[in-house]
Amino acid sequence: MPIFDLSNTPLRELNSALHALSKGANDTEFEVINPRGSHAVAVGIDSPVTVSVRGSVGYYCAGMNDGGRVTVHGSAGPGVAENMMSGTVVIEGDASQYAGATGRGGLLVIKGNAASRCGISMKGIDIVVHGSIGHMSAFMGQSGHLVVLGDAGDALGDSLYEAKLFVRGEVKSLGSDCIEKEMRREHLEKLAELLERAGVTDVRPEEFKRYGSARKLYNFNIDNADAY
Amino acid sequence: MSYHNPYTPPRKSATFDDYTLAEIRRAAATGIYDIRGAGTKRKVPHFDDLLFLGASISRYPLEGYREKCDTTVVLGSRFAKKPITLKTPITIAGMSFGALSGNAKEALGRGATISGTSTTTGDGGMTDEERGHSQTLVYQYLPSRYGMNPKDLRRADAIEVVVGQGAKPGGGGMLLGQKISDRVANMRNLPKGIDQRSACRHPDWTGPDDLEIKIMELREITDWEKPIYVKIGGARPYYDTALAVKAGADVVVLDGMQGGTAATQDVFIENVGMPTLACIRPAVQALQELGMHRKVQLIVSGGIRSGADVAKALALGADAVAIGTAALVAIGDNDPHWEEEYQKLGTTAGAYDDWHEGKDPAGITTQDPELAKRLDPVAAGRRLANYLKVMTLEAQTIARACGKNHLHNLEPEDLVALTIEASAMAQVPLAGTNWIPGKGGF
Repeated sequence: MPIFDLSNTPLRELNSALHALSKGANDTEFEVINPRGSHAVAVGIDSPVTVSVRGSVGYYCAGMNDGGRVTVHGSAGPGVAENMMSGTVVIEGDASQYAGATGRGGLLVIKGNAASRCGISMKGIDIVVHGSIGHMSAFMGQSGHLVVLGDAGDALGDSLYEAKLFVRGEVKSLGSDCIEKEMRREHLEKLAELLERAGVTDVRPEEFKRYGSARKLYNFNIDNADAY
Repeated sequence: MSYHNPYTPPRKSATFDDYTLAEIRRAAATGIYDIRGAGTKRKVPHFDDLLFLGASISRYPLEGYREKCDTTVVLGSRFAKKPITLKTPITIAGMSFGALSGNAKEALGRGATISGTSTTTGDGGMTDEERGHSQTLVYQYLPSRYGMNPKDLRRADAIEVVVGQGAKPGGGGMLLGQKISDRVANMRNLPKGIDQRSACRHPDWTGPDDLEIKIMELREITDWEKPIYVKIGGARPYYDTALAVKAGADVVVLDGMQGGTAATQDVFIENVGMPTLACIRPAVQALQELGMHRKVQLIVSGGIRSGADVAKALALGADAVAIGTAALVAIGDNDPHWEEEYQKLGTTAGAYDDWHEGKDPAGITTQDPELAKRLDPVAAGRRLANYLKVMTLEAQTIARACGKNHLHNLEPEDLVALTIEASAMAQVPLAGTNWIPGKGGF
């Protein structure tokens, strides 16, 4: 198993090794030690590798991940798993702003809390946060699922499109055009699946409330100007 | 003796002119501001207000058609492993599939490729057709991130991080529902028929320090191969250029207020941002002060129409230019051939700017398959190539007259200004004087 010690190895060597794997390669398990808040750790992964990061990372860890499984045994800075295409990213600690921003696929699991704008402009990614999330989360979320076991901050789901939001705790306030919606059977089934994939065992889907778009701002109407 | 009041003609207000009155009535009737495409329509100081001096006893010219005047430009030489080389310094600006039809995008790619220059994607991502028909393709990295993915990043030749646009510095965009076909909707992960907002800010960074990390991430994802451009609108060109350089840009793209948009509020287009002419010198000054002029290349856009405009932009310090509106006109936008249909839309050829409505008679700013079919991408690509060739020849003609064997050798010293405003903005003397407003000597 290749081990990259970022205290004495340039980041470039790690990322280029991850990109250079040939199809069908056997040695696909990577370990990163001493990340010490490095930015852009394990970005642009394009094959089913496994990366274990022992420590905390800076901005954009696992950015644009496409098929890799990245676990951060620490906390993550802003924009973790931004624009993820597929694969899994697990943060054992907390995540800063914009976690999973614009993600198009894959699963992002944050075992601690996530700061503001979690899932901003999400486009198909599934995000499960064991703790709570900050304000303006899922802003302009287009598709995918955001599951929060704790509480959500102000303006959840502001200007939401078709992303589905599930919150178990309190929602401080809902953003423009975001409303509480009926939890139907298919939602409970999807929620159960997401919880299972995220390793959540002691929580039932029925404990959550579902939020989504009221779809009143989908086509511009001058009489809605106060909402913008 | 009886007194007759002599006739005085009715006098209309200069402040409340016919257009202003019509706008007030339109607003009162509809309750919504006017949205339109293209750039500012107001008259602003521009390249027309500058003249070249040409050669004289102290400057000798080069022979037209015989002595070489090089036009090649290399973009991205600062950090990228694979900088791009263009045969002409006239590039095609970013315009989206969505705003434009697939045929129009193909035509732009074909014309640019024939001419040895680059074309640029827009908000909505990269299409296979566009990639296939563009030898050198710049991939825009926009706040909306519609269609953004690492595969397209890697198959691009350069990446343009869009911070601002000349038509609307500080504004996002809106693609109205009527232009959202199945394919456009699918590329943007949104339902068909709804208005698609393009955000005005990037979702995962704010400010120059974050931008530096974002650029580093993009370089890491693409193994430091691709030139990374940063596009800014004409707002604070001195500071924005300096900050883009600090953040690690290979190329700065600077778009003045004459630069077009697919759809923005008229009030925004006409009242926010600075004319292209006012933007260039502050940006060049920032590059020079940082010792980065010619190392970080400057691409200027917004109202470039002719080889003279190209030569003037380069003489003021730009490395290349980009054209958008002019390229659309070259492929057939606003062509009098469709006058009858423009009339039916309540406008006339040359004034049509309701690009967001998707009813373009020329088949360019539309997603209607019947209208789009009107544009033959091969013939339109040829027209664009012809136009690019003419502009390049024109710029060479002027450069040779000024004694330059490369377009980049043109200098501010080759220029004078016709108006005090242009003199102040371009920082070249008012013609016949040695006076530059703000530079003393008066």
